[in-house]
Amino acid sequence: MANLAKFSPFIRCSLASRGLTPISSVVRNAATEAAEKPPEKTKYGPLADSDRIFTNLYGRHDWRLKGAMSRGDWYKTKEICEKGVDWILKEITKSGLRGRGGAGFPTGMKWGFMNKPDDGRPKYLVVNADEGEPGTCKDREIMRHDPHKLVEGCLVAGRAMGARAAYIYIRGEFYNEASNLNIAVQEAYQAGLIGKNACNSGYDFDVYVHRGAGAYICGEETSLIESLEGKAGKPRLKPPFPADVGVFGCPTTVANVETVAVAPAICRRGGDWFASFGRTRNSGTKLFNISGNVNNPVTFEEEMSMPLKEMIERHAGGVIGGWDNLLGVIPGGSSTPLIPKSVCDDVMMDFDALVQVQTGLGTAAIIVMNKQADIVKCIARLMEFYKHESCGQCTPCREGTGWMVKLMNRFVTGEAKPDEIDMLYELSKQIEGHTICALGDGAAWPVQGLIRHYRPELLRRMEDFQKSQQQKSAQA
Amino acid sequence: MLRLWPLRRVFNPSTIASLARANSTGAPEPVEVFVDDRPVLVEPGTTVLQACSMAGVEIPRYCYHDRLSIAGNCRMCLVEVERSPKPVASCAMPVMKGMKIKTDSPKTRLAREGVMEFLLMNHPLDCPICDQGGECDLQDQSMAFGSDRSRFTDNAFTGKRAVEDKNVGPLIKTVMTRCIHCTRCIRFASEVAGVDDLGTTGRGGDMQVGTYVEKMFNSELSGNVIDLCPVGALTSKPYAFTSRPWETRKIESIDVMDAVGSNIVVSTRTGEVMRILPRMNDDINEEWISDKTRFAYDGLKRQRLTSPMVKNAEGQLINCDWEEAFFSVAEKLLGSGGSIAGIVGGQVDAESLTAFKDLMNRLGCETLCTEEIFPMDGAGTDLRSNYLLNTGIAGVEEADVLLFVGTNPRYEAPLLNARARKSWLHNDLQVAVVGSPVDLTYDYEHLGDSTKVLEELANGTHPFSKVLNEAKRPMVVVGSSALQRSDGAAVHSAVTSIAQKARSTSGAGEDWKVLNVLQRVASQVAALDLGYEAGVGSIRKNPPNILFLLGADEGTISREDLPKDAFVIYQGHHGDQGASMADVILPGAAYTEKDGTYVNMEGRAQKTQLAVTPPGIARTDWKILRALSEILGKTLPYESLKEVRHRMTEIAPNLTRYNDVEEANYFKQSNELSKGVKSQLANEPLSPPQQNLSDFYMTDPISRASSTMAKCVQASQAESKH
Repeated sequence: MANLAKFSPFIRCSLASRGLTPISSVVRNAATEAAEKPPEKTKYGPLADSDRIFTNLYGRHDWRLKGAMSRGDWYKTKEICEKGVDWILKEITKSGLRGRGGAGFPTGMKWGFMNKPDDGRPKYLVVNADEGEPGTCKDREIMRHDPHKLVEGCLVAGRAMGARAAYIYIRGEFYNEASNLNIAVQEAYQAGLIGKNACNSGYDFDVYVHRGAGAYICGEETSLIESLEGKAGKPRLKPPFPADVGVFGCPTTVANVETVAVAPAICRRGGDWFASFGRTRNSGTKLFNISGNVNNPVTFEEEMSMPLKEMIERHAGGVIGGWDNLLGVIPGGSSTPLIPKSVCDDVMMDFDALVQVQTGLGTAAIIVMNKQADIVKCIARLMEFYKHESCGQCTPCREGTGWMVKLMNRFVTGEAKPDEIDMLYELSKQIEGHTICALGDGAAWPVQGLIRHYRPELLRRMEDFQKSQQQKSAQA
Repeated sequence: MLRLWPLRRVFNPSTIASLARANSTGAPEPVEVFVDDRPVLVEPGTTVLQACSMAGVEIPRYCYHDRLSIAGNCRMCLVEVERSPKPVASCAMPVMKGMKIKTDSPKTRLAREGVMEFLLMNHPLDCPICDQGGECDLQDQSMAFGSDRSRFTDNAFTGKRAVEDKNVGPLIKTVMTRCIHCTRCIRFASEVAGVDDLGTTGRGGDMQVGTYVEKMFNSELSGNVIDLCPVGALTSKPYAFTSRPWETRKIESIDVMDAVGSNIVVSTRTGEVMRILPRMNDDINEEWISDKTRFAYDGLKRQRLTSPMVKNAEGQLINCDWEEAFFSVAEKLLGSGGSIAGIVGGQVDAESLTAFKDLMNRLGCETLCTEEIFPMDGAGTDLRSNYLLNTGIAGVEEADVLLFVGTNPRYEAPLLNARARKSWLHNDLQVAVVGSPVDLTYDYEHLGDSTKVLEELANGTHPFSKVLNEAKRPMVVVGSSALQRSDGAAVHSAVTSIAQKARSTSGAGEDWKVLNVLQRVASQVAALDLGYEAGVGSIRKNPPNILFLLGADEGTISREDLPKDAFVIYQGHHGDQGASMADVILPGAAYTEKDGTYVNMEGRAQKTQLAVTPPGIARTDWKILRALSEILGKTLPYESLKEVRHRMTEIAPNLTRYNDVEEANYFKQSNELSKGVKSQLANEPLSPPQQNLSDFYMTDPISRASSTMAKCVQASQAESKH
C-alpha cells in the first residue's frame, strides 16, 4: 500500500481521505512480492494540504477542543485505544516514524521497549516539551496552536506502551504554551477524553503538565527525568535506560512533542500513509523551521527528504541576497555541524542524507547564514550557549566547553595561531563521545563543522590579525 | 530521600545478580569477559572496573569509590570496549557476556589523556604549597596517564578559574579552586554521614561544591571527606602545612576515643604525632573514623604529665624524680593497713589493667572498680554476653530490626551508627528507639523515652512487640548510660527479656545474638573480662584510706567521698580531674605511646603500637606498676611485654587472641538470672548524655585537652544557635 501510494499521489490523497481503504489491500494481495517493487520515488514535496497533520500551525483557527475536533482531533480515539497495544505499535512501526527530538530513533521500536512483563511498577510516558535548542521552534507551535494534538497523542502513545500517565515537561519560558496546554488538558479531562476511562475505552490515563525552570540540559531525557523528580537537572548514567528505570524509578519512555502529536494521525490514516512520504527509513512529514538570513523565517510542515534548497526557496522566500549569497547552513538546530553552500545545493533534508554529509537532521531547525554573517562569531556565540548550559557534572563537557569558548573568541578576532585550529578540533573530539549525555557531542559538532568547511576563513582572520599587529608595531 | 531513591535498589549489582538468579534458576552463571584479551569470570552485574581489578588491572578513577554510590562523572575510567562506538565509563557499566575490554589501547589512552588535560586545565599549579602533595590522585594519575606536554595556550589570555574558599568549620580546610568536582564528598555526606550539608550550586564551569550557604559541615564523620578528596580541595585544617606524607612514619594502631576500636594509622615525625588516618577494617570501621578519633591528637601534646609529682607540705604538687614518687607511694601503701581501693579509667590498656590488678591483689586490696557502672544484679558481669555488643558491628548489616534503648549511637559510637545507616539504606533495616528523640541521620520509629515502654515491650503489650516478634534477625542495643541509672539492673533485665523474646520468635539460628550493650569507653570490656568490678559503688560505701586512680578522670569519686586524710595516687597521662585531686602523680603513657591491648565493644582484642615515646620521663603504665611492685617488695612476675601478655592469657585468654571476637552466648542463663532482679524501673525518662553534636567532641582526657575539639564544640554550638 505504501509503495502504491508513493507511486500515485492521486491514490494517496484518496486513501488519506477515506482512512484505510479496501482497494489498497486488494491491490497488495493481487501483486506478488517481486512485482510490487515500484520505481523509486524521486520527487519529495511539496506536501499537499490534505496531507498535513498540523493544520493549525499558524494559529489561524480555534485551538481549543471544539476547534481541534473540527479539524479531526479526538476522532475515533476510542477505537484506536481499543485496537490495543499491538495494533498501535504495528502502525507506528509501519509508518517508519523516527523520533523527532533530534536523535531520530525509530519510534515503534522505542515504544516497544516498554512492552515487558509487568513487574508491579507503573509505566510512564514523559513528553519532552523542553524545546530549547537554538533555532528550533516547532513544538511550541504545536503546544500553543494545536495542544489537543499533543494531549490526544499522549493518550495514544500512552496506550501503546501501557503507561499509567503522561508527564509533559514543558520549558519554563513557554508560559503561554503551558497555559494553552493546561487548558487543553482540562478540556480533555472535562470531556472525558483522558482521566478515568479515557474516551470510554476503559483505559485510565492521566496527563500532567510540569513546567521546567529554563535549563537547556533538561531537554536531555535523563536530566529531564531528574528535574521532573525535583532534583537538579543533571543527566543520569545509562544503563539503566529510562525504559528500565525512569521517572520515580519506573519504566519510562521520553518522547518528543512532535513524535507524540503525530501518533494519532498515523493511527487514523494508517502507518502506510505516513510511510509514503520521504525516502525509505526517513519517512513521514515533519515540521521544519527556517531561521537566520532568509527573507521569511518560517515554521512549516513538509515532506521528509525535500531538498534543502527547495525548502528555503519555497517556504522561506529564499536567502537574503539570493542563493548565491548563501554561506552555510546549520541544518538541524544548533547542535548539528555546519554545511557549506556547495553541500546545500543539492542535499535532501532527511536523516540519512544529512548524515552522509557529516551533519544531522537533528530537530530540523534550519539556520541559514549568508555571506554577510560573521560565521565564526556565530559559532562562538553557540559555544557560549553550550558553555552556559553545560550542567557541570562531567569533566569533558564542564571544562571543554569553557575552553572551546575561549579559543573561539580568539578565533573571532584572529588572535591565534594556525595550529590552534587543529588543537580545537582535537579538543572537540576529546569531548565528543566522552560525556554522560549528548550535550558534549552537541557542543563539539558545530566547531567541527566550522573547522571542516571554513578553515580558510579562520586562517584568513589569523593572517589579518598578524598583519595588523605588525603594522601596529611598525607604527610604534 | 536517598532511601526512596529507587535507582539504587534496582541498579545495585546484587539486585541485578538476584534478578539474573531468578531468571536462570540456581546460582548466577558467571560471565566471561576479556580484559586485554585475558579471560576473567565474574558475576553478572559486576562493573567493568571491578572486572578489570579482578584481572589485576587498576583503572584510574577520581569519582568512583567502593563505598559510595556511582557517579560516573569524572570520566577518567573510560575504557575502550570492542564493538562499542564510544569509550565506556567502566565504573558504571555492568559487564556483558563476552565483553572485550581494552584497558591500554590507544583509544583508551587518548580518552584518559583528554580527561586529564581537562581536569588540569583549571586546576591550580600550586602543588608546592598544597597539603595533598605526595598523596594526590591528580598528581599521581597525571604522571601515569596524562600528556607529556601542555597546550594551555589560553591561560596566557584568560587565566584559570578561581573559586572562593568556603568555611565549613574548624576541621576541614577548603581550597575550592583545586576542586575537580568528583562529588565524592557530597556523596559521602549524604550517603554515609547522612547529612545533606554538601552539594553543588551553579552549573557548567561555574559549578561549585559547597554547603549552599556558609555553614559548618555538621557531622561527626566530617573528617573522612579529607581522605576521600582526590585532590587538595579538602584538607585537614589542624594538619595544614605541618608535614609531608613522605616525611612521616606510619604506625598502625587502634583508637581509644570510644569503644568501637577503630583501626587507625598514626603518622609521626620526630617523636610527634602529626595526624591520624583511618585504616581499613571491614569488621569495624570500614574505612571511616570519627572526627574525635581523627582530630583529638593535638590533645596528646597538651596538659600532659611529664614527670612524677608529689604534694609538698603546702599542698602543692611539685615535680620530683621517680624514686621519690615511688617511695612516698610505697610508704603509704605499706602502711595503709589494707584500706586501699583502685579505680581504672576508660583508656587504660589491658596490660596495665592486669598489672594493676595483680599488684593491688598482692597488697590485699579487692576493691578494684571501673569508672563505668554496670548493674551487678542478676548475672551482672559474670556472663560476658551481658556486656558485649554481641551481634558485632558488622552484624548490624545482617539485622532486619534494630531497637536502640537509651543510647545515642550517633555520638557514642559513630561508626556503629554509620553501619546502621548503611543497613537502613541498602537492606531496609527497620530501626526503633526507646529514649530521647535524637537525630540518628536516618528514620526510626520513636517509641517514647519512658521506661514504661520497656516494660510494655518486655511483656509484649507494646505495638512494636509485634514487629520485634516478626523480625528474622532482630537486634536490641542498650546504651551503657541507660544501665548506669539507679534502675540500671531493671533496665538490663527488661532489655534481656525483650531480646530473649525476640530471639525465640525470630527463628534465627543459635549463632544469632540479639542482646547488645553499647559500651562507651575503650577499656571497659577488657576491665570486666579481667574481673574488675563495674562502678564505684563499693568505694562510696566503704571509703578507703588510699585511693589509686589508674587513668580515672571522670570524677566518679571526689575528695568529699573519701576520709579527710585519704591519700590519692594518680597514674595517667593527662592533668585532668584525677590528677588535680591526687597527692602523688605517676605519669603514664597515652595510647599512641605504648603497645597496649584494647578490647572493643564487640569483645575484639586489638593492639596499639608505640608510635612515639611518652613525653618527659613518663613511662609505660604497666612498667610503672611493675617498678612500684618491686619497691613494695611484692614483685610482679613479669619483666617483658610478652610475659605480661602471657599473664593476661592466663586470666582471660581472649585478650591475646588479637583481631578475633570471642563468642559469648549465655543469653538463656542470663535471662533466667535476670528474673531474680528485684529493682524496679524508675520513672525518669531514658535520656543518653550526648544529645547534640557539641556534646560529642570532648568526652575523655585527651579530647578535653585538645584545642581542635574545643573549637569544634564552639563552632557546633554557634551553628546550632542559627
